[in-house]
Amino acid sequence: MMRPEIAFATVRLLEDAGCQVEVPVGQTCCGQPGFNAGDQTVARDLALQWLQTFEQFDYVVAPSGSCAGMIRKHYPDLFRHDPDLKIRIQRLSERTWELSSFLVEVCGMQKPPGRFQGLITYHDSCSGLRELGVQAQPRQLLRSMPGLELKEMNDPRACCGFGGSFAVKYGAISASIADEKIAQIQQTAASCVVMGDLGCMLHLEGRLRRCGDQQTRVMHLAEVLAGETQVHAGSVTPSKEES
Amino acid sequence: MQVQSMHFKARSGQKLADQRLQANLKKLSSKWVAGRASAIAELDDFESTRDDAVQRRERALANLDVWLERFEQEATRRGTVVLWAETPAEASKLVVAIAKRHQVRKVTKSKSMVSEEMALNRALEAAGIEPVETDLGEYILQINNNEPPSHIVAPVLHKDKDEVSDLFAKVHQKPRLTEVNQMTREAREVLRPHFLGSDMGVSGGNFVIAETGSVALFTNEGNEGMCTIVPRVHVAVTGIEKVLPTLEDLAMIARLLPRSATGQSISNYFSILTGTRSAGELDGPEHHYVILVDGGRSGLLGGDFEAMLRCIRCGACMNHCPVYQKVGGHAYGWVYPGPMGSVLTPAYVGIEKTLDLPQAATLCGECHVVCPMKIPLPDLLRKLRERQFERGLRPLGERLGLAAWGFLARRPSLYRISTLAASRLLRWFAGTKAHLRHVPGAGAWTQHRDFAAPSGKPFSAQWAQRQSSKTRP
Repeated sequence: MMRPEIAFATVRLLEDAGCQVEVPVGQTCCGQPGFNAGDQTVARDLALQWLQTFEQFDYVVAPSGSCAGMIRKHYPDLFRHDPDLKIRIQRLSERTWELSSFLVEVCGMQKPPGRFQGLITYHDSCSGLRELGVQAQPRQLLRSMPGLELKEMNDPRACCGFGGSFAVKYGAISASIADEKIAQIQQTAASCVVMGDLGCMLHLEGRLRRCGDQQTRVMHLAEVLAGETQVHAGSVTPSKEES
Repeated sequence: MQVQSMHFKARSGQKLADQRLQANLKKLSSKWVAGRASAIAELDDFESTRDDAVQRRERALANLDVWLERFEQEATRRGTVVLWAETPAEASKLVVAIAKRHQVRKVTKSKSMVSEEMALNRALEAAGIEPVETDLGEYILQINNNEPPSHIVAPVLHKDKDEVSDLFAKVHQKPRLTEVNQMTREAREVLRPHFLGSDMGVSGGNFVIAETGSVALFTNEGNEGMCTIVPRVHVAVTGIEKVLPTLEDLAMIARLLPRSATGQSISNYFSILTGTRSAGELDGPEHHYVILVDGGRSGLLGGDFEAMLRCIRCGACMNHCPVYQKVGGHAYGWVYPGPMGSVLTPAYVGIEKTLDLPQAATLCGECHVVCPMKIPLPDLLRKLRERQFERGLRPLGERLGLAAWGFLARRPSLYRISTLAASRLLRWFAGTKAHLRHVPGAGAWTQHRDFAAPSGKPFSAQWAQRQSSKTRP
């Protein structure tokens, strides 16, 4: 909802990699907010809704480590008491990928279609990194882009302090953790920080602006790889889930 | 120790505003995180050591009663008296009773977190017995009006050298010192007569070993031996989950504990204490007691939180926790802080007294990554959130919000329409601005950060337009 360009960039990347992309109308949310709040019922309902919506496809791709992590790591366990459903969920969750790992490991993408000039730094979002092992894939894709220079921050693996509802329940702690990350980003002198998760983006960008940094751009990996960075509302481009 | 966990939020605010504490907490990331990383790198088989150690802990816990009885038999055979306490308060009573039986006036203590659960010092004082903390950190806390520890390995981590200098000058009534060596020397000079005049030593027990009836201790300052070997009486207090079947188990876990805790390949002192002083031996206590405390531990067996009993109290989870690094240990309000504390405290003192603890985590997962016992701490925190939710312990606003979101998310058409409406509203509200400083109803977010305005119509709407224009002739 916040930045439709990211979804269009995702579609472009997938199409460039030779995929036929569909975005099923029936999709809503993977259920993670409910799951992390302790509401197993809503998490299971949404997992079933997801299964019905996506079971017909070969692969499901999300431009988000935390949605993909929810599906791959936590969905099967939600159905531990229902073996039949668990098997169906498991089969589909094994075909569910975070975008950059799908592009590298399944599509074998060597060179992304976009162009980028300048110095960036990359933030490892927690779920992608620790639940799915997304670390080398985005860097491999970024480094293959001529004109793009990647400078690592001191600890790219450190949490940005978002944490879903944590960001509003414990806003002061959350902001204070973000400030550590922001100091690291600024130390690299990169004009742009790139990441693969939307929650981190909303949080870090909001905190950067609140602290008076209007310069440092916060971009989704897909936007950088697809070179859609100048495209704004209304123009045409691509998506999020796919086949 | 009194439970103060319900004040987490207020306390964490104070801690964030405390510049001195913030500077002291930075030591965590620079010293402990880096220290662990290099100590782990020394092992070429870290992962398999870890797997092996986890299996050994699981083996012990799977037949906990059997191993505890074996420990009791072997320890008793060697002259140790093994006592059992269902609650920390009972354990305190036992220690006081032992002290009275042996006409003890002064007790020297080596660091023990279980004794914090027991509030042992208060119980001893109430019985007219003088407890003296001899771990340097614990000593500093004791002379500072019995301040509680803020870290399970480094109890005084929240203080810097200057604060300790001031405290020593005030309490010791001596000229203010500024060199760490001199300050340590001064503390030793104060402690020495206590060691020599002590009738009874109390220590914790990192592990108890079933096959030999021994107590194993990892320490760094040398005070432990002065408490366990010098006095006539030695009492070790520890949790019932700390039993290891064999010395080989201990050797395996010893490869992980100091490395994960302080980044040392082995702690400065490592003792295996077995039985009382035998005829012809030059040192060791005449009377040796081990008190095994339940304190809520047996309630975790066989349940969702059993993995927590594997914990070896290294503190790596808190050292690596982004929240602990910001608020320190006191904010958590009881004996055990950080991720392990946020699981243990509700389990030991009650879920309704600790509502913030499982919520005050970003679930970043780093605690699970660094835990030498591979305890799935984020999953356990989430399970505690489930318990809170099931029991209706969350605030009404949160429950209503969650219900409203669930209602929409289960109805795709409605969800799409709401997204469209929210996006339009936000864009209207933002006008030409890319970021909003205030959003009605989202004060908890915008109090600390801006809210990015949507950059266009939601993707779902744009995508639908694109598809329909494609299919139109």
